[in-house]
Formats: sequence, C-alpha cells, structure tokens
Amino acid sequence: MLKTPIYMDNQATTRCDPRVVEAMLPYFSETFGNAASRNHSFGWQAEEAVDKARNQIAALIGAKSKEIIFTSGATESDNLAIKGIVEFYREKGNHVITCVTEHKAVLDSCRALERLGKASVTYLPVDKYGMVDPDAVRNAITDKTVLVTIMYANNEIGTVHPIREIGKIAKEKGIIFHCDAVQAVGKIPVDVELDQIDLLSMSGHKIYGPKGVGALYVRSKGPRVRLSPIIDGGGHERGMRSGTLNVTGIVGFGAACELSGKEMPEEAARLKELRSRLQAGIFERLDEVYLNGHPTERLPGNLNVSFAYVEGESLLMGISDVAVSSGSACTSATLEPSYVIRSLGVNEELAHSSIRFGLGRFNTAEEVDYVSDRVTREVKRLREMSPLYEMAREGIDLKSVQWKS
Amino acid sequence: MAYSDKVLDHYNNPRNVGSFAKDDANVGTGVVGAPECGDVMKLQLKITDDGVIEDAKFKTFGCGSAIASSSYVTELVKGKKIDEAMAIKNTLIVKELNLPPVKIHCSVLAEDAIKAAISDWKKRRGAASPAAPADKAQQG
Repeated sequence: MLKTPIYMDNQATTRCDPRVVEAMLPYFSETFGNAASRNHSFGWQAEEAVDKARNQIAALIGAKSKEIIFTSGATESDNLAIKGIVEFYREKGNHVITCVTEHKAVLDSCRALERLGKASVTYLPVDKYGMVDPDAVRNAITDKTVLVTIMYANNEIGTVHPIREIGKIAKEKGIIFHCDAVQAVGKIPVDVELDQIDLLSMSGHKIYGPKGVGALYVRSKGPRVRLSPIIDGGGHERGMRSGTLNVTGIVGFGAACELSGKEMPEEAARLKELRSRLQAGIFERLDEVYLNGHPTERLPGNLNVSFAYVEGESLLMGISDVAVSSGSACTSATLEPSYVIRSLGVNEELAHSSIRFGLGRFNTAEEVDYVSDRVTREVKRLREMSPLYEMAREGIDLKSVQWKS
Repeated sequence: MAYSDKVLDHYNNPRNVGSFAKDDANVGTGVVGAPECGDVMKLQLKITDDGVIEDAKFKTFGCGSAIASSSYVTELVKGKKIDEAMAIKNTLIVKELNLPPVKIHCSVLAEDAIKAAISDWKKRRGAASPAAPADKAQQG
C-alpha cells in the first residue's frame, strides 16, 4: 500500500537509516563519555567509538583515519577549508578559484573573504549542463592562487564535475584542491588519492546518517595540508576544530558511511533505474519539458526538470502529498529563482519552472509511478490555466513580447 | 509555509478560468507581469456599453497566491461598474485571501490587471481615459 506523503527530496536531506539509529542508541545514555576525557573508561569508550567511525568514514573516501576532522556539518567543513586555507597560506598568495554553481557555503565563504580584503576570487562559469571546464581552471591559475574549490556533484541539478581532471591540474600546479563532496560521497565512487583531492567536505544527513555532524578530510602527506582553525578552544581534532565531539552523531555518521560504501553499486543501479522510470513517465506524457543538468554525468538519484509555462511553486502546491523542491523564486528565502539553473543560460522562465526530484534509498517504483502520474496531471491542469501556454499555442514567440511588470 | 484555506480553495477550484475572443469589442484584456519574474496574469473583462462588467475570465502563470488573487478578482469585479472596479485596491485582496507579506506582490499584480483590462477596453472603444495607466503588455 502506498503511503503519503511521499518523500522525494533526498538531496535536501535523507531519512536516518534504522540501522544507523540502532548503532547510535547506546551512545546517548550508556556510552556517553567525552571522547577527550583521557583518564577514565567513559572517555576511553567514547574515543574508541569515535576512532571506529573515523575508520569507517576514511575507508569510504580512500583516506587515512587521522585525516578526518569532525565538524558540525558540511557548511562548517566548507567554511573551515576555504577560510582556513586562505588564512594559513596568506603569505603565499590570496587568489581562490571556484565556480558559479557551488553551494552557498562555498560561495558565501569566498565572498566573506573578498569583503574582508583577504582574497580575490575567480568564479568560473559552467556549460549548459552545469559542468566546469578543467581547462578554464588551468587558465585561471595565477602565481597568487592558493586554493581551487570545486564541488564533486551539484545539489540542484546533479551534474558531476570532471573532478579527477581538475585534481590533476591542481596537483601539477601545486595548488591545494578542496572539493565539496556532500552530494557525491556514498552515492558514487570518491577517492581522494585517485581524484587528487587535498580537502573534502562531507555530511552525515545526506547519506542516511544524522544531522549536525560532518567532516573535513585534510590531506596529511603529499602535500601535508595545514590550515588555520575558525573555532578556537580546547584544541580537539589536531587543533583544527575545537569543541567536544558529537560522539553519538559521529557513530551514526560512521555507520552510515559503512552502509553506503557496501551498498553503493546496487543502490546506484537501483536509483538510476527508478530515475529513468520517472523521467520516462514524465517525458512521454508531456511536451516542452526540459532536463536540467547533464544527461549522463549526474548523480544516480537526481532528476531536475523544467516544465515550461508552469510556475514551480504552483506545481508543488498541486502535488502537495509529494515532497520535492523547486528552483522557483517563490520557494526560496531570497525571492530569487535558482542561481544554479540560471547559470545554465536557459530562459529565466525555466528557472521558475524547475522541479528537483531527489530519489533515495527508501523510494519505491510504486512511489515513482504515483509521482509521475500526479505531476503529469497537475502540469496539464496548470497549463490550461497558463496564459503563456495559450500564447505559445497561438504561435506567439514569448521572447518577442515586451512584458511590463 | 502554510497556505490559507481561501488560497487553497481558489487554487484547487479556480473560478472563471479561460479566455474571451480578443477581437470582441466589448472585451478588455490586461496582461501584466513577466515570465522571468515568475508571474504573468491575463485578465479579460466583458463590459457592457454603459460600463458594467458582466463577465470576467483569467489565466495566470504564477504561484498559488497569484492564481488565487486573479481567480478572486474575477468574482469581485463581476457586476461592478468600471469606475468601481478601478477603485479596487490590492489590500482588499490581501485581506480576503489572507496573503502573507511575501505574497503581497501577487495582489498588486491582480489590481494592475484590472486597471490594464479596463484601460484596454477604453482604448479599443476609442475613449481612452488619460488617467488610466497603459500597462498592458504589448506584443512587439
């Protein structure tokens, strides 16, 4: 039996896997020690649990366990990587290279550094699929460049960047390479050695773990990467991130990484199949629908579609028992349509009309069919109500209209 | 964000969706907003020779509150004289639909649509009022 509401917004967050919850439970009130307590068994047990999680997390990305620095989440990891590197290497240079479709945690960290006069930043454009050109990265490097920060996969449109090529260029030029891999880790193979990544941000709640815990991988050798902390205190995490460790969250994060690593091949294949099913269900029954993001180089669970002539928020309202998200201005706090979709160079209108379907571990084929039926029906209804659809049917070129607003 | 019951009702059961023939001399058409802003409203009013709005139809590209605002306006103007309709303020729509502050622009657009439709009607009858704003979108 189909249960509503259906959750299909797994790039926003994921349900904590019951196996993860199980692993965490003893660490609330039984094994509750402070991992930094060095002189009693409560502390030792907590430290042991943290060490195990560190190993689980490191194993998923091909790192060594001591290279994992725990944080409160990927926003903090991004802030620590970018601000920490620019601060530490300020005598070497002040130039940072990033791209326009990065997460706000990266973009706003860069802007904050610019505002403080601590960095000058190059924001690389992306192609129509949302992909950054490795040659553009190479060409942007100057003798002042201290950091390249490019995400592994985009959270809105799912496009996977050519990270290995970018890593190779950064290595050749001796520039530190940070990668926000929040959406990629646990979903597609990520390996800090093969990809030549020096710093990597990850998060627990995107991979069926708990919220409020994340990590920054910091390369220890070839080169040994140093950074200035942004939170000062007791000197935890090799001095890079002070603060008592969230042991329960870390245990859950570790368990989530181990499960994701083990189940990745089957899960990715299953999600790709569900995505194709959803895409076919929509594209076969509706005209003028457009895929946002790369047709093949994309996250298995991500489908982002613009439904021409239909505004995204109104569509979300029509499918109220399905949880998805939209690039429409009306659904964002800033009242601006998605900057990621706009950067693809599509019509501004299509940014307002975009919907992100985020498939995950707990979605079923039955749910996919229900969602594609609901969406198809609602788009048809809203198009009958849309003056733009009517004008287009009458053969009016909407671009030739001088709109007054 | 939760929608008010009235917005949901208009969204789920929109009143007077559709179009009149544009070349009907008794029909005034107002198109306001822009696709890149995420809102376009088309309001058509069928107006008698003595200036009474006898029928209204709309089509809207926009969020649920924009659809509800235009749907409500079609009900509101029917039976009104054009100068009464010209006096309708967006605040009335805000109040009726219980729109939150971020959706006030939807009600402004609906008010503009009424004015644009009436001004189009006047223009088409060769009696354009100098006071009426000419903010109907023109095909260029």
